[in-house]
Amino acid sequence: MPVWLEIAIRVAGVFVAFLTLPLIVGQTEHKVMAHMQGRLGPMYAGRFHGWAQLIADGVKFVQKEEVVPGAADKSVFRLAPAVALVPYLVALLVIPLGPGDLVAQPLDMGLFLVLAVVGVGIVAVLMAGWASANKYTLLGALRAAAQLLAYELPFVLAAASVAMAAGTLSLTGIVEAWRPWWLLWQLPALFVFFTAGLAEIRRPPFDAPIADSELVFGYLTEYTGLRFALFLLAEYVGIVVISALTTVLFLGGWKGPFASDTLGWLWTLVKVGAVAFVIIWLRVAFPRLRVDQLQKFCWLGLVPIALLQLILTAVVKVGF
Amino acid sequence: MELPGKGLLKGLGVTLKTMTRKNGVQQYPDVQPDLPARSRGVIALMEANCTVCMLCARECPDWCIYIDSHKETVEVPGAARARQKNVLDRFDIDFSLCMYCGICIEVCPFDALYWAPEFAYAEGDIRNLLHDRGRLGEHMAHVPAPDAHDPMGEPSKEESTAAKKGGAR
Repeated sequence: MPVWLEIAIRVAGVFVAFLTLPLIVGQTEHKVMAHMQGRLGPMYAGRFHGWAQLIADGVKFVQKEEVVPGAADKSVFRLAPAVALVPYLVALLVIPLGPGDLVAQPLDMGLFLVLAVVGVGIVAVLMAGWASANKYTLLGALRAAAQLLAYELPFVLAAASVAMAAGTLSLTGIVEAWRPWWLLWQLPALFVFFTAGLAEIRRPPFDAPIADSELVFGYLTEYTGLRFALFLLAEYVGIVVISALTTVLFLGGWKGPFASDTLGWLWTLVKVGAVAFVIIWLRVAFPRLRVDQLQKFCWLGLVPIALLQLILTAVVKVGF
Repeated sequence: MELPGKGLLKGLGVTLKTMTRKNGVQQYPDVQPDLPARSRGVIALMEANCTVCMLCARECPDWCIYIDSHKETVEVPGAARARQKNVLDRFDIDFSLCMYCGICIEVCPFDALYWAPEFAYAEGDIRNLLHDRGRLGEHMAHVPAPDAHDPMGEPSKEESTAAKKGGAR
């Protein structure tokens, strides 16, 4: 196979995943959330249990008028959704789906790249919040900035623990080094990484930057139409990326009880789906953390746990 | 001491249980609600029973019933005098005023008014909430059959008098 064709196929694969997985997660969220609240959720779009609801939503968003506030910094305002979306697309590039070559771009420092790139999301939020020229968006953006800066630390520390245990920064390498007993050994890191990841993508209960009961809609207040839809898409791609990272780093990626070599991609998808379900579940069950609680939880809860986990990982790694 | 995070786990349990349980949502426009027979939906008029006594219109707390009538003489062959009979010209209920107290139905001596469980008669124009006698008559189709007589209860007056008369004959 010529190189260019292989590249094209890989990029197309990532693109398809980028466009379909968030929709599946979003639809699942519609239905799961509805049933957890004793409702049915969308039932009409597409005839069968509203499976086409998000497609209909997309069509609606495209038709809507694009409103840019008069006082807004227009070019920054328009650029922000793209900046929110692209990092996750790049992150999907290095996440392995299955064993061997089943990854769009095997990278020796994949973990490093993913962590760096996911952190770019904060820039998009600040751009959106500041450029909207609205006090609510600014408050939301500053909350998001404080939250993301705080949670970046335990996020990276927890990931570092796994990288240390596996002795590599390559995501494929980490999965290969993974053993089932790591579930226990790296459990605190899993908890810290997952929670910090939730905060990183500003999902409830860490959605203080959006906080529709206090800040209208936080940094998204002024967005309409397609650009708003892109921000929403970014949120759901974020869920996919965080679920995939949790799967790859802590849950053993493509390794399953059987047929890991042939059905590895399926194991990865099943695990990603399960983690995404938990993310949705947490949204339904838990109320939003107040801003001060949010900071306290990070600095007094997650960071110490992450540091202790690092020590534990180091001791086990060196001692045994 | 309580386990920290116990409440959080409980919350997760509640939502998961709600999800797995069958919920009782009825999808309204597709599934019509099963309303009890005594539902106060709309007032129906059985025109044949109305004698234009005006009791309903007078008892209505907010005067939402409009009645017009004229008298007609009825010649009965063989009778000494011609009889007079009230003929209904107009019987309107303004449902934008009606507060569904049901006094008109209670007060009607000839059972010309009934409750019907029909409720879907919202209108874009408030004037269309004035239902004329034709429309009120159509509501009669929705009036549920009366409850069956309690087998352990006393017989109705009509029945007992009929029995008495039958016995006297």
